[in-house]
Amino acid sequence: MTVTGERTATAGRLGHSAARPDGVPKVSGQFAFSSDLSADGMVWGHVLRSPHPHARIRSIDIGPALAIPGVHTVLTADDVLGDNSFGLEHADQPVLAHDVVRFTGEAVAALAADHPDTARRAAQAIVVDYEPLEPLIDAEEAITAPPIHPAGNIFRQLVIRQGDTSAEGEVVVEATYEVGMQDQAFMGPESGLAIPDDDGGVDLHMSTQWLHVDRDQVAACLGLPTEKVRLTLAGVGGAFGAREDVSMQVHICLLALHTRRPVKMVFTREESFLGHVHRHPARMHYRHHATRDGRLVKVEARIVLDGGAYASTSGPVLVNACCFAAGPYVVPNALIEGWAVRTNNPPCGAMRGFGAVQACFAHESQMDLLAAELGMDPVELRLRNVMKSGDRIPTGQVVSGAAPVEELIRTCAAVPLPPLDPSPAVMSMPGGSGRTADPARVRRGVGFAVGFKNLMYSAGFDDYSTARVRLEDGVATVTCAAAEVGQGFVTLAQQIVREVLAVDEVVVAPAETVTIGSAGSTSASRQTWMSGGAVERAALAVRARVDAGEAGPIEETYEHHHPPTFPLDENGQGVAHVSYVFAAHRAVVDVDLDLGLVRVVEIATSQDVGRVLNPLQVTGQIEGGIAQGVGLAVMEEIVLDRGLVRNASFTDYLIPTALDMPDVTIAALVEEPEPGAPFGAKGVGEPPTISSSAAVAAAVRDATGLALPRIPIRPQDIALA
Amino acid sequence: MVEVNAGRRRPSSVVSLTRVPELAGWHREGDEIVLGACLTYADMERGELAALVPALAQAARTIGSPQIRAVATLGGNIGTASPAGDTLPVLAALDAVVEVAGRAGGRRVPLLELITGVKKTSLAPGELVTAVRVPVLRGGQEFLKVGTRNAMVISVVMVAVVVDLDGQSVRAGLGSVAPVPVRAREAERYAGEHTDWSRGRLAGPAVARRFGELCAESTAAIDDHRSTADYRRRAVAVCAARALARALPPLEA
Amino acid sequence: MTETVTYELMVNGERRVVEGSWLGESLLFALRERLGLPGSKNACEQGECGSCSVRLDDRLVCACLVLAADAQGRSVTTVEGLTGADGDALTDVQRAFLDEGGVQCGFCTPGLVMSVHDLLDRNPTPDDLELREAISGNLCRCTGYGRILAAARTVVARRGEASLHESEGPA
Repeated sequence: MTVTGERTATAGRLGHSAARPDGVPKVSGQFAFSSDLSADGMVWGHVLRSPHPHARIRSIDIGPALAIPGVHTVLTADDVLGDNSFGLEHADQPVLAHDVVRFTGEAVAALAADHPDTARRAAQAIVVDYEPLEPLIDAEEAITAPPIHPAGNIFRQLVIRQGDTSAEGEVVVEATYEVGMQDQAFMGPESGLAIPDDDGGVDLHMSTQWLHVDRDQVAACLGLPTEKVRLTLAGVGGAFGAREDVSMQVHICLLALHTRRPVKMVFTREESFLGHVHRHPARMHYRHHATRDGRLVKVEARIVLDGGAYASTSGPVLVNACCFAAGPYVVPNALIEGWAVRTNNPPCGAMRGFGAVQACFAHESQMDLLAAELGMDPVELRLRNVMKSGDRIPTGQVVSGAAPVEELIRTCAAVPLPPLDPSPAVMSMPGGSGRTADPARVRRGVGFAVGFKNLMYSAGFDDYSTARVRLEDGVATVTCAAAEVGQGFVTLAQQIVREVLAVDEVVVAPAETVTIGSAGSTSASRQTWMSGGAVERAALAVRARVDAGEAGPIEETYEHHHPPTFPLDENGQGVAHVSYVFAAHRAVVDVDLDLGLVRVVEIATSQDVGRVLNPLQVTGQIEGGIAQGVGLAVMEEIVLDRGLVRNASFTDYLIPTALDMPDVTIAALVEEPEPGAPFGAKGVGEPPTISSSAAVAAAVRDATGLALPRIPIRPQDIALA
Repeated sequence: MVEVNAGRRRPSSVVSLTRVPELAGWHREGDEIVLGACLTYADMERGELAALVPALAQAARTIGSPQIRAVATLGGNIGTASPAGDTLPVLAALDAVVEVAGRAGGRRVPLLELITGVKKTSLAPGELVTAVRVPVLRGGQEFLKVGTRNAMVISVVMVAVVVDLDGQSVRAGLGSVAPVPVRAREAERYAGEHTDWSRGRLAGPAVARRFGELCAESTAAIDDHRSTADYRRRAVAVCAARALARALPPLEA
Repeated sequence: MTETVTYELMVNGERRVVEGSWLGESLLFALRERLGLPGSKNACEQGECGSCSVRLDDRLVCACLVLAADAQGRSVTTVEGLTGADGDALTDVQRAFLDEGGVQCGFCTPGLVMSVHDLLDRNPTPDDLELREAISGNLCRCTGYGRILAAARTVVARRGEASLHESEGPA
């Protein structure tokens, strides 16, 4: 089934492009983002960060900062009230460094003052005596280097052995690929407001992806029972993975408890770049074996992810990279080895695509290399090996749900190519307003890529969401702690309740931790399934009571778990995932061969969506996700120089502008309902980012004839090749 | 303002120049244009001034965003003296002369003497850039800027080529390839000698290529987080050749 | 804080006094933290993102790059100062952003609404490149710009239809 337009749907219900409940406040500037909050008697928090990637702290003198009028308090590690460590998977990162700093930007002291400028000056006045240590900056070296943290340098090591690992193919292609460090670069900087209460607890208003896990981490670091930390979601200006970890949450709560005043903190853009996790840089060595007629025999891969100084989600990112390392193809034999390691580079963790992006760049580059070696069309090679429902991934797990990969490839590849403009405006050629292009030296290239990943949390994580639906006087109220980060869950929650209860008015209550259980994280393309499912079932329970003739207010709460998954065994085998989602991308680029400048002309895509619940929101996720993929392919990278971040600003960390972003052609949204998924719908957020980078890279290779084994592709990679 | 926002500067007093009419706008004085220090990039992008000094308009259009071009000024670009200052290669190629006012009176300084290093000028304390004088020339003008994004990007390299058909000369200003804007004198001489001035055409396509190479040789490019020295030299060679071939179309070989 | 200054701004048609502020404060800070107008957003503080775009007299500027005290005597229009025609609380640009899905997280939205208004005031029928260039100073990380460009095109089309109807209307 393929839909190309909006189905006939009742306004406001499933299948319709229902209006966002937060739309009017957002267009009129009335929506309260976390950085817009204030409270009476509020003071401004600030964090002093390490300028060194690795150093021993000999001493910290906060006296000069305290002497500045307007400074309320200055805190160091000794002032942390509970555990001085936090982390999503392992609590290995200090709230405030006490003996050693392990990355540039690590928090060393926190303070509060009457004005942001006073706070900044106070931070500059703190005297920290550092003894610089040699930074460990190479991920390969980190595997065997002396540990830079008591927990060691290996966050996770993994081997997947499938079939006959000694099998050989008639044709072998081998290469090493690299992916640079991408940043989520959301627009709304990290910010929050912590308000102390009279009982030693704290109310935290925070832009985050995962309220309850923030709460738990904050409570542990404050030495408080969890119920004394009450978290309410404040308006979130984008997330993309970077708000899954704790950033300032503990700091502002500590400052609030120490000063007994509301404390607000807003990161500058530089602090934002230093203060959240990034996408893991990857080094991936691949060897593909195939028969002469283009059937994959074996995939060998060795994947090394640089996790930076602290664990964050490095382990699960590595599991994903390895599970999806071979791509959505039938691969009878595989040997995949992975390491996620600790270095003195900035910590890395979740970003849209979560390990699958890096692997996709490598496996799709390999498929193109193989096609060239075999003299086959790259699309044809992919079709010959395409995964179908019932096939296995290298972990041995059967893909039991929808896997319409062949239809994705065929529909995407069938989109007519955009015509060549015989006399293009200079602004629409590579180099844009810089007027550098010579049309005679511009070549067009076309590239294709397919990718996939898991939906929801995997490998034994008890993933669930909680929702409550209350029906009173014909008005339904939904309470769910799912973080609305811009993706539109609040719209979807309304649509679901309207659909189930046949009411028009649905109120979505603020997300908080006091009256409702966890909804899990807004990540892994999981909220449509997990929280959408929780809302649906709570609403169904309400409807059952209505149907039974019950009058008066009716309220039902539902905790929705997905089917259990299991950790991989010592051979990397096991039922680790619930469901998969697929997409195909075709990129058309123009490349200035002499200057190495690239203009992406068009991205065509087909995506496996299960069912379209809100066409406009699906389109928005696809276009936005592709923009991040295009960015990774040609411009986005955190540049490191011996552990120092050289481009922590929007001046030098470049994300696509409206003049860089190509038109997106959605060839097909393939609607094959996913068994077990609420309404048959799959999450749509991540697939657009997974294979779009690989498609752009393939197109640039097609235009230039170069190997280009690294993204982002820099102008010098082409011009000086 | 960026530095104030970031806490790197803390002004104790500020003098606003935005409402000093003498510093705004531009006017023509014979064969010269006098550009006020508070002329914005938006003012330079279009209209009559853009026709008179096209390379300046081309450079202005590459600077920042429309919002920045609405407030950022020529005087600011000069005073900041960044190696990546976008108008500076154009002004260098035009042999621009900067008018400076101070307590001791005014003086006129060639741009290349005013800018002495990375973000350094020969302005004395209390001195103020008030205007810039550039000639009105007959001949092609080209400004090319390489950045890794199609808009709103700090340059990796910049090349300005200005042709003076009456003076029978070619001038090339280069940016982001040295601490200060660079004039590629050797390349200019070469191009001047290999131009058919009666027809206003380069002697052949190879001249543009050689001109580009000579421009690249006059740089002192470095590696930094935006690019590499090798790429910068290559990009200067390519852009300079393209710019010259646009400004003085070559006779067929 | 050290030296403080007091000055008066004209914001959205109202005289507003800023008292006891530090001289170095940007117009963005004054609007957000002193005048209770947080609609203009703070995302980079260096003019690279456009989230704080406001009208200063007749020009669109980044409020973070304007010294607040230097905006004395000039007219500032923020997103909070926009009102639609015929009593609509929203302008046609704001309506089109909603209709076309131009809003996701919404952080860039006020700045983009200001930019699209500014463009269409100067150029009622921009072509694709003019439109893209006009919003190239407004970074958006959620949408990939597709729905925002669609919104701007929708405004152009709707205004075109409206003026056609006016010209065809009864004399």
